[in-house]
Amino acid sequence: MAFWIIQTLNGLSFSMMLFLVAAGFTLIFGLMKIINIAHGSFYLLSAYIGLTVLRATENFLLATIASSIAVVLVGIAMQSLFLRRFYMKELQQVLLTFGFVLIIADLCLWIWGGNPMALPKPSLFRGSIWIGNVVFPSYRLFVILVGVIIAVGLWIFQEKTKFGAIVRAGVDDEEMLRGSGINIQMVFVGVFGLGALLAGIGGMIGGPFVGVFPGVDMSMLLLALVVVIIGGVGSLKGAFLGSLFVGLTDNFGKALFPELSLFTLFAPMAIVLAIRPTGIFGKIEE
Amino acid sequence: MKVAEILKGPFFFPFLFAVLILLFPFLFSNYYVGLAIQIFIMAIFAMSLDILVGHTGLPSMGHAAYYGVAAYATGFLYLAGVKNFWLVIVLGMGLGGLSAAFFGLLALRARGPYFMLITLALSQVLWGIAFKWRSLTKGDDGLPGIGRPELGLGIDLKPDLYFYYFTFALFLITLAALFILLNSPFGYTLRGIRESESRMKALGYPVWLCKYAGFIFAGIFAGISGVLWVYYSGFVNPSYFGVDLSVKALLMLILGGSGL
Repeated sequence: MAFWIIQTLNGLSFSMMLFLVAAGFTLIFGLMKIINIAHGSFYLLSAYIGLTVLRATENFLLATIASSIAVVLVGIAMQSLFLRRFYMKELQQVLLTFGFVLIIADLCLWIWGGNPMALPKPSLFRGSIWIGNVVFPSYRLFVILVGVIIAVGLWIFQEKTKFGAIVRAGVDDEEMLRGSGINIQMVFVGVFGLGALLAGIGGMIGGPFVGVFPGVDMSMLLLALVVVIIGGVGSLKGAFLGSLFVGLTDNFGKALFPELSLFTLFAPMAIVLAIRPTGIFGKIEE
Repeated sequence: MKVAEILKGPFFFPFLFAVLILLFPFLFSNYYVGLAIQIFIMAIFAMSLDILVGHTGLPSMGHAAYYGVAAYATGFLYLAGVKNFWLVIVLGMGLGGLSAAFFGLLALRARGPYFMLITLALSQVLWGIAFKWRSLTKGDDGLPGIGRPELGLGIDLKPDLYFYYFTFALFLITLAALFILLNSPFGYTLRGIRESESRMKALGYPVWLCKYAGFIFAGIFAGISGVLWVYYSGFVNPSYFGVDLSVKALLMLILGGSGL
């Protein structure tokens, strides 16, 4: 019993971290149809910058703020200086984002070296908590809490605010939105920055238990891809449920059949693709 | 015939180029011969992707999948003692085509950016399996120690010099095969689909079937390059499935011009 409780909680905390990365990816793809291969690079960059600030100040909140500002600036620069020149040219945009993957990965390798590192946990959550007769690290529970709060915040943002309504309208019919006098470029930059911010927060809260190392950018991208394909591209609800599914399957797969853990992840993806190519909550084309 | 007339003739530069390629190993050091071998193999890989990107208008982001499948097949077969090149290349092409046949079923249901997303994810699936299934693939360490194959024609492929001519010959055969394939009615149908899918459908062409066949052909030809690269470099690891390889192939097509 203790095994199942611990693994479920582990899976849930991984899911929440995954949701942050995948939500940004799905927002960007849903609105702009950009397959942002550099999305995992936001995770990488944010975790490394957070690590440096943490070592200097020992303050997790300050590190999160500093790394968030940095990745948002990088994201905004990517969209407003480069990607907007290739508007609706999907292939060119993908190749461009891949260029950013290489640049950011090499810069990080140059500055922080190639050894795997883990961020120190915030001092408040270093201990563990007794749940019944099971000991569980409190940091994992904190991650679950952060994930749920951000998910609710995103839901309120999308459903209740004007900017959220503009984004939803843009996902449905971007041409009509432009026709109604909205400055779409500002919306694009805003959403790209928001996507980068979410992946950056994912890097900060994932840093203490997933760690940060060269290559984590691509594995985060892979997991985010699986999440959005299962959940449906462009849908936050899909990203949330997809993350829960992927995080739990990944965790139980690793615990129960370590060698075949990726099969347990990819087989459901192939099944979803075969039945509904746009994912469970994705909109059907044409 | 005067010199100026020969220079103006249509066959002069191709002829000069052919002579240069044949004499190349004697003019340059071993390093450049190795580089030229890599160029021939990557040319086969990029040409196979061009069936999809250039001719059918399907921007595949996961072409490394079929290359990697053939490469791992070559590695396993060599380590199991199968050294006959012809058997391995047929199996490599077959497995490349087979995996393309499976992926095509899933990917061709989507179009545009969704197609790119799905092909990218599917190739990453294979990368993940190669990376994680350690008891079979040795994970990130890969399979080292793969030697050159036996041709059974009395030619020893171990020196790079002979392997150079061998890959060049295979490059020419692939080029000719693709030329015939893409200038056949089938090739014209693919280009028709690229220009206007709905019109081709209205004209009664089996559009899905043609795209599917193009997808499988691309996988088969990518298999050739995967087999050759393993024999050239002597090892296989998960980077054969990497996104960077798929993207590099797209860059090659963009640099050289696609769909010609």
